[in-house]
Amino acid sequence: MQLTGAQALIKSLEMEGVEVMFGLPGGAILPVYDPILSSSIRHVLVRHEQGAGHMAEGYALATGRPGVAMVTSGPGATNIVTPLSNAYMDSTPLVVISGQVPTAAIGTDAFQECDITGVTMGITKHNWLVKSAQDIPEVVASAFHLATTGRPGPVLVDVPKDVSFAQMEWYWPDHLDLAGYRLPGAPRRADVEAAVALMAAAERPVVYAGGGILKARAAEALRALADLTGFPVVTTLMARGAFPDSHPQCLGMPGMHGNFTAVTAMQRADLLVALGARFDDRVTGRVDAFAPGAKVVHVDVDAAELHKVRRADVAIAGDCKVVIDALLQAAAPALGGPDAAARIGPWWEELRRWQREVPLHYERHDGPPIKPQMVVETLRDLSPSDTIVASGVGQHQMWASQYWRFDHPYTWVNSGGAGTMGFAVPAAIGAKVGRPERTVWAIDGDGCFQMTAQELVTASAERIPVKVAILNNAYLGMVRQWQEMFYGERYSEVYLSPDLPDYVKWAEAMGAVGLRAESPEEVAPAIEKANAVEDRPVVIDFRTDAFEKVFPMVPAGASNDDIVVHPEHEERAGAERLAWERLAAEQRR
Amino acid sequence: MSANGTPVERHHILTVLVENKAGVLARVAGLFSRRGYNIFSLAVAPTVDDRFSRITVVVDVESAPLEQVVNQLDKLVNVVTISELAPAEAVERELLLATVAASPAARSEVIELVGVFGGEVLDVGADRLTVMLAGPPDKLDGFEGLLAAYEVVELQRTGRVALPKIGVRALTRPQLVAVDEPAAG
Repeated sequence: MQLTGAQALIKSLEMEGVEVMFGLPGGAILPVYDPILSSSIRHVLVRHEQGAGHMAEGYALATGRPGVAMVTSGPGATNIVTPLSNAYMDSTPLVVISGQVPTAAIGTDAFQECDITGVTMGITKHNWLVKSAQDIPEVVASAFHLATTGRPGPVLVDVPKDVSFAQMEWYWPDHLDLAGYRLPGAPRRADVEAAVALMAAAERPVVYAGGGILKARAAEALRALADLTGFPVVTTLMARGAFPDSHPQCLGMPGMHGNFTAVTAMQRADLLVALGARFDDRVTGRVDAFAPGAKVVHVDVDAAELHKVRRADVAIAGDCKVVIDALLQAAAPALGGPDAAARIGPWWEELRRWQREVPLHYERHDGPPIKPQMVVETLRDLSPSDTIVASGVGQHQMWASQYWRFDHPYTWVNSGGAGTMGFAVPAAIGAKVGRPERTVWAIDGDGCFQMTAQELVTASAERIPVKVAILNNAYLGMVRQWQEMFYGERYSEVYLSPDLPDYVKWAEAMGAVGLRAESPEEVAPAIEKANAVEDRPVVIDFRTDAFEKVFPMVPAGASNDDIVVHPEHEERAGAERLAWERLAAEQRR
Repeated sequence: MSANGTPVERHHILTVLVENKAGVLARVAGLFSRRGYNIFSLAVAPTVDDRFSRITVVVDVESAPLEQVVNQLDKLVNVVTISELAPAEAVERELLLATVAASPAARSEVIELVGVFGGEVLDVGADRLTVMLAGPPDKLDGFEGLLAAYEVVELQRTGRVALPKIGVRALTRPQLVAVDEPAAG
């Protein structure tokens, strides 16, 4: 069967089971847009290519399937560089197809030419410049294989216009020529036994669960491991939902804005069982002061993460689900039972006291302005428990992670490693496309919202009813917080405005419902009104307290021991610190 | 000691078998640059199997642990195998070209020196000559040191290439990946 390269490209996407892609056409990709008209694949026409990339990421994070985006050459391709970088940092499976100028024009500075494979080399798992139409099925199959296996990640396929027009003989590859691509196999028995031995001896263990749990679809296996061992579990920003917040062993989020118990548990642990986590600087704080007394078991599908930041005592390169299953098998006799429970009993007493004495805290009050944390709590309480929450980057993201109750995997869609402002709106749209039966809320900041809000036009046009809660504090809030705390309250270029733009009018202009809540008693009614809207997007402009800061906070570059909690709890946190030091001193004697 | 006087232990030789495809050298070089790994020398050429090229790279392990360098390199899809070659287990060679300004009086001394080291005189002019020496890097270091007594106009070394000694280690064969392998995502 003879096909054009363009037809072969779309047919290859169909062969990969793609049901939806996000994109925006232009000159070099024009030939590929023609066969879309007769394809089963739904195409969502975005208003900016960055939106296409983040939508594809949101789709992937909510469904576990690879997200697909299509853009033209030059500026179309460079506009999707940020999503590629974002997906690379968060190991999100993403396949981007870009148009390229005709082969003969490459290297001549042709109109809308850009060396996008060169630009994206460092932020993709791999990329291809397709030189012949005959290669298209093999390249597309390789692209999906690389994006979804091992440590998932973004890939880019750059297709020159003449290659799209050229004829090829259709085939579908049964083998891929990926000579240099290997996936880790089953863990070695000796490593598994060494890990179990450390776990069986630990008196102050912490399971440090990262995003790799979700990528490996290992949430159930993690639950089984936690139930067997009775170990406390912290879930990183990338792992929120991988272990239910309502589980009594869940300590919540560690790191720079983690809660006191999660952060301190890691600091005082004698064993960290790191599963699909990478000792990111936002988790460790100052590395040489991080978890000083802990032995480390480190499981990661990417061998390059082992020993990268922290030397592991037992390092296992492998898929989290496969390795946890192996641990469960090997561990059952050694780890369960009353002896094990007794061994970590005193540790749990410490942890429970920290939870009781130094919980997450903010000052509640009745009048305006609204406390942003209160918006998150009310949203949480008035929405179904399997609601998907997307967020941008900054204070609102931390409050969302801290105050939402994540009880289901794949319900938290956020930008972790890259910290991409403007992620929430398009990512929420992509998540809603992938999970139309779920309620999808974007919890956004006013700064973030202004970066990508135009995609609500896409959502209205395509009837994708996402909901957006803007925590409008009229500032680039996280930057403002740093300027207040570390730059002597010298506020440089952080003030936005609560009223400019008028978010309600803007929402309405984009075909969405626009609502506003200015005082605490207006919060719940606005949310209820928004939750009742099912046929179009909704935006609520919550006027929140501009002076509210995210606590706890570990200052950048500081040790996690120097965690700053809410001022009202500083004394209690100090007392816990002293009590621990006294205990440690006694033990040394 | 190597040419610039740094201890040899800082430098480890990796021979990296890569797919012979466009842009592979850029991928390897880009990885070293973005992760802050220092390359001491680098040599690339096709192997007998024209699907593959071999990159011989001498890495400065003070910039990053060798294990990290190897693991990160291994993630590049076009990198097929990586072997670390300990000097005792490898044969290494490097080529040096030098143009030396030499008066007729000094010329015979330079030619004699080249002869002692087993090098060759490649080009002779009125007041300068170009010489060549191939050999193990430490031999070139010695030659370069003695040559410094004369006025060296230009000197170029290729960086080393290396192969494992016969019987020490067989490189693993590249594999095909079955497309129906279950996806982890």
